[in-house]
Amino acid sequence: MSETILEMRGITKTFPGVKALSDVNLTVRQGEIHAIVGENGAGKSTLMKVLSGVYPHGSYEGQILFKGEEQHFKSIRDSEHKGIVIIHQELALVPLLSIAENIFLGNEQAKGGVIDWDETRDGARKLLRMVGLAEDPNTLVTNIGVGKQQLVEIAKALSKEVKLLILDEPTASLSEKDSQALLDLLMEFRTQGITSILISHKLNEISRVADRITVIRDGRSIETLNKEEISEDRIITLMVGRSLDDRYPSREPQIGEVVFEVKNWNVFHPQHRDRQVIKDLNISIRKGEVVGIAGLMGSGRTEFAMSVFGRSYGQKISGEVFLHGKKIDPSTVERAVAHGIAYATEDRKTFGLNLIDHIKHNTTIANLKGISKVGVIDDMTEMDVANEYRKKTNIRSSSVYQVTGNLSGGNQQKVVLSKWLFANPDVLILDEPTRGIDVGAKYEIYTIINQLAAQGKAVLVISSEMPELLGITDRVYVMNEGRIVGEMPTSEASQEKIMRAIVRAEGKAS
Amino acid sequence: MTTDTAQPGITATGQPVNVQQLTVLGALKANMRDYGLLLALILIMLFFQYFTNGVLFKPVNLTNIILQNSYIIVMALGMLLVIVAGHIDLSVGSVSGFVGALAAMLMVGWRFPPELAFLANPFVAGAICLVVGAAIGAAQGYLIAYHKIPSFIVTLAGMLIFKGLSLAILAGKSVGPFPAEFQLLSAGFIPDVIGPTTLVAASEGVQPVVLHTTTAVIAIAAVVAMVFFAIRGRARRKARGYETEPFSLFVVKNLVIAALVLFFSYMLASYRGLPNVLVVMALLIALFVFITKRMTFGRRIYALGGNLKAAALSGIKTERLTFYVFAIMGALAALAGMIYAARLNSATPKAGQGLELDVIAAVFIGGASALGGVGAVAGAVIGAFILGVMNNGMSIMGINIDLQQMIKGVVLLAAVFFDLYNKNRA
Repeated sequence: MSETILEMRGITKTFPGVKALSDVNLTVRQGEIHAIVGENGAGKSTLMKVLSGVYPHGSYEGQILFKGEEQHFKSIRDSEHKGIVIIHQELALVPLLSIAENIFLGNEQAKGGVIDWDETRDGARKLLRMVGLAEDPNTLVTNIGVGKQQLVEIAKALSKEVKLLILDEPTASLSEKDSQALLDLLMEFRTQGITSILISHKLNEISRVADRITVIRDGRSIETLNKEEISEDRIITLMVGRSLDDRYPSREPQIGEVVFEVKNWNVFHPQHRDRQVIKDLNISIRKGEVVGIAGLMGSGRTEFAMSVFGRSYGQKISGEVFLHGKKIDPSTVERAVAHGIAYATEDRKTFGLNLIDHIKHNTTIANLKGISKVGVIDDMTEMDVANEYRKKTNIRSSSVYQVTGNLSGGNQQKVVLSKWLFANPDVLILDEPTRGIDVGAKYEIYTIINQLAAQGKAVLVISSEMPELLGITDRVYVMNEGRIVGEMPTSEASQEKIMRAIVRAEGKAS
Repeated sequence: MTTDTAQPGITATGQPVNVQQLTVLGALKANMRDYGLLLALILIMLFFQYFTNGVLFKPVNLTNIILQNSYIIVMALGMLLVIVAGHIDLSVGSVSGFVGALAAMLMVGWRFPPELAFLANPFVAGAICLVVGAAIGAAQGYLIAYHKIPSFIVTLAGMLIFKGLSLAILAGKSVGPFPAEFQLLSAGFIPDVIGPTTLVAASEGVQPVVLHTTTAVIAIAAVVAMVFFAIRGRARRKARGYETEPFSLFVVKNLVIAALVLFFSYMLASYRGLPNVLVVMALLIALFVFITKRMTFGRRIYALGGNLKAAALSGIKTERLTFYVFAIMGALAALAGMIYAARLNSATPKAGQGLELDVIAAVFIGGASALGGVGAVAGAVIGAFILGVMNNGMSIMGINIDLQQMIKGVVLLAAVFFDLYNKNRA
């Protein structure tokens, strides 16, 4: 066996209120493809950010040894200097610059600040050949597809004389063919002695290319498997292996008739007209029922929810929406809200809150009619409402005049919930309602969800945390690549079953 | 609520609850921006009062300051909405100039056939001008809201277009004078229906002081109403336990504001009374305070400027709202253009040029954020007065126009710097 190129020892990283990584150990050998797998939020990306210097030395505990020497990276620049290059899921290319310019961005082929364009183009051509991309280096990045853009990123990494290449979910947005090409390229690199770390949850890909796999769960490194030990069953068990304890408040479901139904829902990508994001999707939710949608990132869950909620996502949307058995038209957000549909976003900072305004104004903004007469707001009613919901959702703040941008993630989420609770919907869609918030706040959010169900609302929860779905829902849909690929009562569901439904669908697709 | 019957802010055991109570210092800090701005205006006025040897506070000069800045303030009201919505309008100066020119042509420039002669009537022409202004704003707003062309570009184009149009319809000449009724918009004062009151009779070596009684009565009534509503509002908030302002601060604040209003009214009353344009302005300011503080329309503009995507996902029709904001801006620019033309008593091809910069500066000095979502009507009005008093004071002092420009630039920069400094520290 070859020598060790990277060793991470006892890495612990704490954020205010959350322990993201605790005592993680990772050993990567020279020239191997090392896969890191784990559920969303398990800590994979955090670990890679520690490694690449995004979280500088000193902000975490533990040691990083690269080529036998201890490293104290202060920034990405430091780690790149040593030959560690990370390619993120969201590509860091400038769309309106050419391929060549992007490859040498920040590392320009220049003398005394004057760019040598011949050198730049020749260098780019050489690198493009290495990654097998037959494009003119003068082509603008915006004019090539995502798969090719990924290759440009890799060429950019190669230009920095990469020793260790880290790819975070590289195939998440690639077509099957592009994915194959990318994986082949990784194997090609292996023969040239470049070590790769591959973060992915596409288990079929991993079992094809990886030499070893490290499983991360709840911020801990669970086990590292050798190639011959790799099997999907084994990985799934390791990935999800934990019990449901009392992290979920109990409740007695009182389920009534069907309240909300979406039939034959089809949505296309807002930019790429031909890419179908949601395919013939059908779901229904009953009164007092909490229904979950499980699936991996990029499976189209958020896109589905937003397309239903006032066509806030996508184009060429077709399908029917029924509320209490009557067909409704939720084609603008205002109409959707008027019909009693609410959607609490997964990205509260971008889509959920006015971060420069205080709790009171954020609470009432989706239902100004409820606090006004002929367009004139009644201050006192608004204060009453804001205080009532602050109390109901247990927002911790000095008063309702605290600016939401200064609240913790959990309290921000409670403001988003307050806003939609005050709009008094019949159907509540909660997208990743507990993302990035601590365990205590999660429990409070679950309690609110239970109360909503007890009041007879229909609740749809989108979550990437399977234990959460199993802990709080009555029924689970499994979604993959824009389709519902499984449906089961939560009582019969398990993380293994859900994972299997996803993996089976992936298998069919490939 | 466990404290429903108990005195708010005090628990059943009589312990004060510090959640609802703020100290005087804390309340001052929390409202630093608002008080600071008013304080800055007062200090600037005192500064110029001293350095102009008492000319600044002369009744005739105070009246002049109001007349000189009325069109800036009128446009600042609309610009505040535009900037809070996260946009900018560079065309308002040119639009006001164009509308002034249109007013002049309607009333004196064009010869209408007898059946259309009513168009030259000052009231008809005024109404047409307001509609044209709103339509111009609406057209720009349509391109900005529905076609997503950046407001900077649309209104920059508008600025050029309407600058050219004023030149074209005036054929490069000044047109005037206006009919007497139209001049009253800027040059007129409210009639003293009660009749003058002599405070100090003219005698040897003593200047007589004669008050415009109607002005005095209106001022006193306004102050009484203001204090009444302040006390009622406080009592209401207190009854529900929402009052956070210490009583002492409440008293001082209202006393200061009442004293200021009475002082300036006294000054105006001892000259010729309330200018008509001040009445228009005061009504507009009151309307815009109401819109921004109390109406859902105003609230939605703040939400839109604070986070466009979140506003859209909360059911706000962001496009239509932006469209309305620009239409309102256009109507106000038209009104300002007419006030300006009436004041000069003629429309000139150069009228209104560069005014947009004063208007925008006033709004930013008043604490609005260039990123949108933040700003207050009172701030914009005070900001406009700060600029206006500086213009006036420096002119009286005989400071060169080049130096004046530089000083105004520094003041704008300092005001915004102070804002950001405050924000970062908080």
